[in-house]
Amino acid sequence: MREHPTRYVFVVVNTIFLSAFALSCILPILNLAATSLSSAHRVEAGHVGIWPVDFTLSSYQYIFRDNEFFQAFINSVVRLIIGVPLNIIMVFLTAYPLSRPQRYLRGRTAISWFFVLTMLFSGGMIPTYMLVNAMGLNNTIWALLLPGAVPVFYIVLMINFFKQVPEELYEAAVLDGASELRVMAQIYVPLSLPSVVTILLFTIVAHWNSWFDGIIYMNDTARYPLQSYLQAVVINKMDVTMDISLSTNLNQQTMDAARLFLATLPILLLYLPLQRYFIKGLHIGSVKG
Amino acid sequence: MHIIKKNKKNKGLVSGSVSFRRQLPLYLMLLVPAVFVLVFSYGSMAGVVMAFQDYIPGKGWYVFGSPFVGLENFRQLFNLSNVGSVLYNTVFIAVTKIICGLVFGVLLALMLNEMRSKALKRGIQTAIFFPYFLSWVIVSGMLVDLLDPAKGPIAQMLAQFGVNAPFFLADEKWFPIILVLSDLWKGLGYGAIVYLAAITGVDQTLYEAATIDGAGHVKKAIHITLPGIMPVIILMSVLSLGNVLNAGFEQVFNLYSPVVYSTGDILDTFVYRLGISEGQYSLSAAVGLFKSIISFSLISIAYFIAYRVWDYKIF
Repeated sequence: MREHPTRYVFVVVNTIFLSAFALSCILPILNLAATSLSSAHRVEAGHVGIWPVDFTLSSYQYIFRDNEFFQAFINSVVRLIIGVPLNIIMVFLTAYPLSRPQRYLRGRTAISWFFVLTMLFSGGMIPTYMLVNAMGLNNTIWALLLPGAVPVFYIVLMINFFKQVPEELYEAAVLDGASELRVMAQIYVPLSLPSVVTILLFTIVAHWNSWFDGIIYMNDTARYPLQSYLQAVVINKMDVTMDISLSTNLNQQTMDAARLFLATLPILLLYLPLQRYFIKGLHIGSVKG
Repeated sequence: MHIIKKNKKNKGLVSGSVSFRRQLPLYLMLLVPAVFVLVFSYGSMAGVVMAFQDYIPGKGWYVFGSPFVGLENFRQLFNLSNVGSVLYNTVFIAVTKIICGLVFGVLLALMLNEMRSKALKRGIQTAIFFPYFLSWVIVSGMLVDLLDPAKGPIAQMLAQFGVNAPFFLADEKWFPIILVLSDLWKGLGYGAIVYLAAITGVDQTLYEAATIDGAGHVKKAIHITLPGIMPVIILMSVLSLGNVLNAGFEQVFNLYSPVVYSTGDILDTFVYRLGISEGQYSLSAAVGLFKSIISFSLISIAYFIAYRVWDYKIF
C-alpha cells in the first residue's frame, strides 16, 4: 500500500517521542555510572554527562575497602537466599490448592477470602511494628522475612495461571499414582513457567529493594540490608567512618554514585535476561479473558 | 485406587466432593501459609485496638495490657492543626498520580502500538520498563543530584536558556510536581503493560474493515483501538480508587524535608513521624486506622462495581 505523507510524519514524530522517553530512562543511570568513574573536581564543576571525565576507579577502590558497605551487601544476599525461596514456596503451597475445583477443597471460597482480605485491609505501620517487636524479632533477619512471607498478590496471580492447566493432566497424573505435591511440582509449575519466572523476578527485586523494614527493625546498623544502608548513608547522610586522607579524586558525590550504581547493577543483570518472560507472564495474568 | 473410582462415578455430580482423605493433602499444604497470615496479617489487624488505648510499650504483651481510652485518640487527632493539610496533600498527590498514570499510560500504549520497527519497539520497552525495578532510595539518590540547583544537569540545561533553576526539592510549589513527574518516570512503562495487553486483544477484522473504508492509522487508533480497550481503562480507573490515600510513602520519605511539609507531607509519612520518631503510638495508630478504613471502603466499593458491571473477579 502507498504510504501517505502525513502517515510518514506521524511515524517519525511518534518514534522521536518514544525514543526520548526511553533515553530519559537510561540517561540518569549512565550519568550515575559516569559520575562514579570520574574524578571529583570534574564532577564538582558539572563537567560529567554520560561519559566519565578524568576516568578513575578511586571511588570503587574506596568502597571495596569499606567494611560497612560490604557487610550490608552480604546482609542483602543472605536475605535473598532465605527470603526468595520462602516466598516462592508459600506462593505454590497456597496457589495450588486454591486453584483446584471446589470439590477437591471444601470451603475453597472462604479460605481464598481469608488470604485475599489481607490484601484489602491492613493493621497499618504502627501495629505491625509493635507486633514484630512483641515477638522479639527486631534486630534479627526474621523481622525482614516473616511478616511478608506470604505474598498474597502473587498468589492471586498464580491461582489464575494454575486454573488454566487442563484438568485432564491432573486426572492422568493422579491415575498414575502421583501425589498432590508431585502434580503441583511436575505439572502445574512447569506449565506456568513464564509467570513463575515473573514472580521469581518480582520477589527477588522486592527483597533487594526493601529498605524501610531494615531501618525500623534493625537497631544495629551493621545488620542493615544494602538499601537500608544506602538510605541511611546517601539519603539521610548518616556519618560513615571515613578515612580522611582521601585522594582528591573522590568526594561524597562520586562515592554515593558508586554505591548507588553497585546496588543497581544486580537488578540490571537480572532484568535484562528475564524481561521477555515478565512481559508474557504479566500479560495473561493481568487481564483475564 | 478405590478413591479414584468413586470420583469417576461422581463425575456427573458437580457438587459431589471427593473424600476427605483426598482433600487432606491440600489442607495440609495450606496450613503453613495460613499460620503466617494469621499471625502477621491478622495479628497486626488485631493491633488496631491500639488506636483506642493509651498504649504503653512494655506494659503487657503486644497490645494486651494497655488501658482503653475510647475515642480519645481520635478526638486529639482531629484537633491537630496539620491533619487537614496532610489529608489534602495525600489526596491531591495520589489523585494527580492516578489520573496522569492513566492518561499517559494509555497514550504510551497507543504510541508503542504504532511502532513499525519491532527491534526498536523492543529496545524502547526494555528501557522504559526498567525504572520500575529501581528502589525509591536509588531513584531519590539520583534525583537529588540531577535536580541540584547549582551543578545538576537540569539546572545546566535551564541555564542555557537563561533560566535560573529553582531548588526543586525545597520549593513548596515544585515539590508535588516533582513527586508526580518522578512517579510517572518510574512507573509509566510498567503501567502501560496492561493496556498493551488489552490492545493485542482487539478484534483484528475491525482494522481490516476500517482500512477498506480508507481510515488512517490515527483514525483507527481513536475509533477502534481506544473503544476496544475502554473496558480495561474503566476497570483500571475503578480499581485505582483504592489508592486514593496512597500517595507513595517510599518516594516522599526519601525526597521530602521539613521545608516542604506544607505541600509534601502525606498520611503515611505523618504516621511514621508521629509514631516511630515521636513515640506517640496510639495517636499514630489512630491515623493509620483512619486510613485503613477509608481505603478498605473504597477498595470494596471498587471491586463491587467491577464485579457487578464487568464480572471482574479477584480470583
